[in-house]
Amino acid sequence: MNEMTNSWIGKSTIRPDGADKVTGRAAYAADTNMPGMIWGKVLRSPHPHARIISIDTSKAEALAGVKAVVTAKDIVDFPVDTPVPLGIQDMRWMCRNVMAREKALFHGHPIAAVAATTEAIAAEACKLIEVDYEVLPWAIEIEDAIKPDAPILHDFIQFEGKPSNIAGTLEHKLGDIDAGFAKADVVIERDFNTRPIHQGYIENHACLVSVASDGRTTIWSSSQGQFMVRAMTSFLTGLPQSDIRAIPAEIGGGFGGKTIIYLEPLATILSKKSGRPVKMVMTREEVMRATGPTSGSMSTVRIGATKDGKIVAAQGVFYLQAGALPGSPIRGAAGCAFAPYDIPNVVSRGFDVVSNRSKVAAYRAPGAPIGAHAVECVLDELAEALNIDPLDLRIRNAAREGTKAAHGPVYPRIGLLETMEAAKAHPHYKAPLGKFQGRGVASGYWFNAGGESSAQVNITEDGNVVVTTGHPDVGGSRAAIANIAAELLGIDYRRVSVLIGDTATIGYSNLTGGSRVLFASAMVVTQSAEQVIGQLKARAAKLWGIEADAVVWENGEARPSGDHTGNFPTMTLAEIAAKATATGGPIGAGVQLNTTGAEGGFSTHICDVEVDVDLGIVRVIRYTSFQDVGRAIHPAYVEGQIQGGAVQGIGWALNEEYIYNAKGQVDNPSFLDYRMPVCSDMPMLDAVMIEIPNPKHPQGVRGVGEVPLVPVMAAVANAIHDAVGKRFFSLPMSPPKVLEGLDEGTLQAAE
Amino acid sequence: MAKLHVSTTVNGEPSEFLCEASDTMLDVLRGPLGLTGSKEGCATGDCGACSVTLDGRLVCACLMLAVEADGAEIETIEGMSQGEKLHPLQQKFLELAALQCGICTPGMLVAAKSLLEQNMNPTETEVRYWLAGNLCRCTGYDKIVHAVLDTAAEMREAAR
Repeated sequence: MNEMTNSWIGKSTIRPDGADKVTGRAAYAADTNMPGMIWGKVLRSPHPHARIISIDTSKAEALAGVKAVVTAKDIVDFPVDTPVPLGIQDMRWMCRNVMAREKALFHGHPIAAVAATTEAIAAEACKLIEVDYEVLPWAIEIEDAIKPDAPILHDFIQFEGKPSNIAGTLEHKLGDIDAGFAKADVVIERDFNTRPIHQGYIENHACLVSVASDGRTTIWSSSQGQFMVRAMTSFLTGLPQSDIRAIPAEIGGGFGGKTIIYLEPLATILSKKSGRPVKMVMTREEVMRATGPTSGSMSTVRIGATKDGKIVAAQGVFYLQAGALPGSPIRGAAGCAFAPYDIPNVVSRGFDVVSNRSKVAAYRAPGAPIGAHAVECVLDELAEALNIDPLDLRIRNAAREGTKAAHGPVYPRIGLLETMEAAKAHPHYKAPLGKFQGRGVASGYWFNAGGESSAQVNITEDGNVVVTTGHPDVGGSRAAIANIAAELLGIDYRRVSVLIGDTATIGYSNLTGGSRVLFASAMVVTQSAEQVIGQLKARAAKLWGIEADAVVWENGEARPSGDHTGNFPTMTLAEIAAKATATGGPIGAGVQLNTTGAEGGFSTHICDVEVDVDLGIVRVIRYTSFQDVGRAIHPAYVEGQIQGGAVQGIGWALNEEYIYNAKGQVDNPSFLDYRMPVCSDMPMLDAVMIEIPNPKHPQGVRGVGEVPLVPVMAAVANAIHDAVGKRFFSLPMSPPKVLEGLDEGTLQAAE
Repeated sequence: MAKLHVSTTVNGEPSEFLCEASDTMLDVLRGPLGLTGSKEGCATGDCGACSVTLDGRLVCACLMLAVEADGAEIETIEGMSQGEKLHPLQQKFLELAALQCGICTPGMLVAAKSLLEQNMNPTETEVRYWLAGNLCRCTGYDKIVHAVLDTAAEMREAAR
């Protein structure tokens, strides 16, 4: 494809779902109602760790207006000794997460659910459920959970032959680590600590479920995958997948947090029992207590380099908090941490630690920002020790085509070096800084995913186009798909409607996650559109009485070519569509693929901060992200991913954390006290998109959604060090912590 | 206790509803009135996704009792466009990609419109502080602030 002549790819077109979203018409999960609908509410554990001795629901069931009650015995049980994998999840853990089974494992863990004619009656009924708990000692922080005498969450977990809260490990190895460190002139080793962070989507989890008397089930919910909703609900309720139609509502943010379900199986069983459609909507407090977040972590990173700045060995140990049930993203932390660099000797280990807080869910490049935070801070210190510019140190060691990464791959053509060089050449890197201002840099990597996707491209009778795909659109993917379809078909993008199909109307499509949606959808849409173009040419050929291969498709029209050039007037898409019935019937094509070749994403960031040394407040005053985006199909939404990721990272770096009280309960489950960045906290954010097309993709697309978060916390930490001469190894670098770190000596040195 | 009867004006149209004394304006907008453009992100006044105006003043519908609407004029996102014609802010949000998931967008637009009604020429800082009560987790606010500033400039030009 000649990019100079592109009409739509690379253009920031108006999104197909835009008008509905700016007028309030777009229907999110909580916006749908049904006749006869009743309301479900969840009773949640008040304890962080407790054995459930008994549950008596009789008083709740007797309350006027109550139509059904659900407890763990209504959910399909998956015994703990047999894995039941579904993607990266395991239904053994999912069945215990949606409803506490043997034990309540965190404050907020569902114990029972009630459906009643009003939300108020359902809430009242929850209070009437009598639960006899045996409260157990708990462990929330990683250091508490891995102590030798720590309370054990699960009897079935053993580590090194003993009951443990370490549920899993992972190791990546390359070369000879001891020999590597022996060659180092400088070695830096540091310990790091990051806090669990909620994904912070503004839309609370919600669903509406209708189970008909014949078992046919319809689910409206907001998720990052309607097929995930269908599969998990099927597993947990025993209904066959063919009986469940999961309809994706517009999703009000997910960031990984909506790649698993919480309410859908409860509402399904409540609907089945009551014979009524059931709606459930979480409060923000429920979201904060019982959904997400990403892991907190404890890490140690050690890196050695020679005097000339060549990194010869790197070692990382990453303990990640899984929450109540196994499954923290140790693969992302241990796998991505060193991935931007060509290092001959690497050992990177991950430990999955269960503890008494809500089970983690994916969050934007799960685990990778944790690994990058530690590694990129150590690199900054290494650069200082070697007296080398921090970007030069990275450039000297950057992975490139042919580099063997510790986590496995040998890289194809990648654009990491270009991000670093662009950062170094950018005016931002040379801009003057004032008193108590500082600049930090960091790089990052994310795997990116391929996987299953389906698309259907249909030509309407009036010669326009409807594209259906199977991925919820979290950030503008429909707009990019419209650009691609319009480009291939040679028509105005406004003639292309892009819809997200439900599980009954489009083929299986894996989650919106792993930065995979546009990469994978573009592949199936491209192949579908190519088949449609083939049909259009054949129809024109039939009308003209010539061979199909004598027809070319150009600018939205069929044109006779070769010996037939000029023999017939060109035919537009509309003209061919109008004759479709006579020439063979409807025109359309669908393609289903397991896509491969996503290839990783790389990014380098520059952050400037100003530290208020009296209050300990750190303000980000300038931020520029440089990212290899492959090909920006819709540049404005690619920029949006980059900018949004930066701000999430700034929140993680500076403010966001859960605070627990003495009873092991989250003490700040609200947006007032869980402090996400607001508009007045932020400067404008520059996004420099570097386009090194992915050679394995028809349009050169590389996933862009997750790597924007990966380098951020280290870039901020390094900038704070540059501003005040003090290194902080523990997040968040919130005002009290910064103030405590700024002693007289540090401040005098900084001035 | 019998429900309370409220007569109000919503988006310029006379409107009546029955509510409990404890119902919030957001409960009534999203429930009996069927205006689900106002979103509940927190129900504690921290996210701004339910921003509406009450007699021209920007409020969170989740912090307002429904009975307070009696005799008052409420404006919601559903009243922002004139038929098919989008308000300049709505159009600019689309053109500049100032929304991703879109859940904060109704509240953000209502709040931004309220700003421009009071201050046709806001600085970037004024826009940022005015919108500080409207959380967005997707965009990092950059494109939203640009959209508001650009719209203000265009509206000033159009008013000359």
